[in-house]
Amino acid sequence: MVPSVRDIGRLCLPLSGVVLIGLIWFAASRSVPDLPSPARTWNESKSYVLQPFDKRGEMDQGIGRLAYYSLVRVSKGFLLGIALATPLGLLLGVSPTLHRMFDPVIQILRPISPLAWLPLGLVVFRKSEPAAMFAIAVCSMWPTVINSAAGVRAIPQDYWNVAKVLHLSRFMTFTKIVVPATLPYIFTGYRLSLGIAWLVIVASEMLTGTPGIGGFLWQEYNSLIYAHILLAIITIGLIGFALDRLMGLAESRLRAA
Amino acid sequence: MAYIDVSSVSKAFAAGRAVRCVLEDVTLSVERGEFVSIVGFMGCGKSTLLSIIAGLMPPDAGEVRLGGELVRGVRPKTAIVFQNYSLLPWLTALENVHLAVAAALPMWPRERQATQARWYLEKVGLASAADRRPHQLSGGMRQRVAIARALATEPDVLFLDDPFGALDALTRANLQQELAQLCSAEARPVTTIMITNSVEEALLLSDRIVPMTHGPRATLGRPVAVAIPKPRTLAQLVHDEHARHSRARVVESLTASVRRPRRLQCTPQPVEDIGLTAVPNRSGA
Repeated sequence: MVPSVRDIGRLCLPLSGVVLIGLIWFAASRSVPDLPSPARTWNESKSYVLQPFDKRGEMDQGIGRLAYYSLVRVSKGFLLGIALATPLGLLLGVSPTLHRMFDPVIQILRPISPLAWLPLGLVVFRKSEPAAMFAIAVCSMWPTVINSAAGVRAIPQDYWNVAKVLHLSRFMTFTKIVVPATLPYIFTGYRLSLGIAWLVIVASEMLTGTPGIGGFLWQEYNSLIYAHILLAIITIGLIGFALDRLMGLAESRLRAA
Repeated sequence: MAYIDVSSVSKAFAAGRAVRCVLEDVTLSVERGEFVSIVGFMGCGKSTLLSIIAGLMPPDAGEVRLGGELVRGVRPKTAIVFQNYSLLPWLTALENVHLAVAAALPMWPRERQATQARWYLEKVGLASAADRRPHQLSGGMRQRVAIARALATEPDVLFLDDPFGALDALTRANLQQELAQLCSAEARPVTTIMITNSVEEALLLSDRIVPMTHGPRATLGRPVAVAIPKPRTLAQLVHDEHARHSRARVVESLTASVRRPRRLQCTPQPVEDIGLTAVPNRSGA
């Protein structure tokens, strides 16, 4: 099959974007002496990428292994976050009183940086792992809270009327109407939450020095191996992109159903 | 005392800063087993009245009694068919009906509930579409599911809120005919109030037609009895002398309400739509 002009454009335009950024990076590496060029970055990172699951030391591990640690940590924090956020959001959506009560608090808590939560987590939990989980959960839960609440409020009056006419019990109204009607909103919340959770991981690993992609980045900076910083940055970006796409896929499936 | 007793019901809504009276001093009584249609122009407050009678919305003044009891909230053994179907899009046609049966008749064993749901879906001719979701069905099919959902709960009061208003004319005529048959086939007498803007639809189905004056401040005109044996057909109505007479009286009282608008004390609203469907003979005569 001959690819059409549109197909070529679809592939070539993003590729040329990548090439352009590469050129800018290359040019920048010429003028900033400590910034490694793309070629040098590749040369120094090869062993990490080509043997992604090697383990040579606590921080000296293949990039796949480091990413795996980070992903496990993110999933724990993210799952904890949405486990708290979903019921809270649904509750705030159902009750205007609760919403008025907690909305200001949420708006105040939402913009707080993970860098601010982490020390508090360390004070409370005294260990880096639970503190990281706490920071991820607390930072990533807000989009899910806000979206689930918005989803409940967006349920058309028609469906509430159906619940009234059929005399559905509270439980039935919840499982047969509120949850299915809100599900697409909830998943949009999850997608945004996961994005934030992934942002937080790096900050928390840098501060706590635990093995993972963010810890690796910080350690390599301290050991003056700047090429690995770029390797870590690119890896973080690619994984974040993949996570977002996966959640997007789940979300669109849900909308189609 | 009548089975359904609506006495001096009024309702107003806030429209920006002004208050808009939708219904004023509406009184109506319906006997057990009777089929009454309220016919009026689009936007005259018919649906509001039905919502109040059904208990979906409280009146500002006046009261509604059903079987002697004051209506507060939707009463059990009541079914409502909405103009926009109001099917749950995440459930299949059968599941929509089944949910209603399970909720209305919880003491029945599961199997009997399932049989009941299937039986009514079959009755409206949708046995083959049982596993499809509402968005895979046409408007007419959706409204059939909604009718099956209402009748399957074995209600003794049925409210039809312009059930065919969103359908094209041909589908509409078909479904009217089917509803006429379904209603007369029910073993128990079902007291029914229907809202419509079609005089023909009202003639086909009702024992009594109540014209509603044009809102705001809508109120009910004098009822017109339709003493033609049921089930009726649309074709039969065209030539029937009695039908012609009833039609003329309904149309007359509807048009009179437009020609002589009462002085409005509330904020007047623009009359967006003089729904000509309510007066089919005016242009032809």
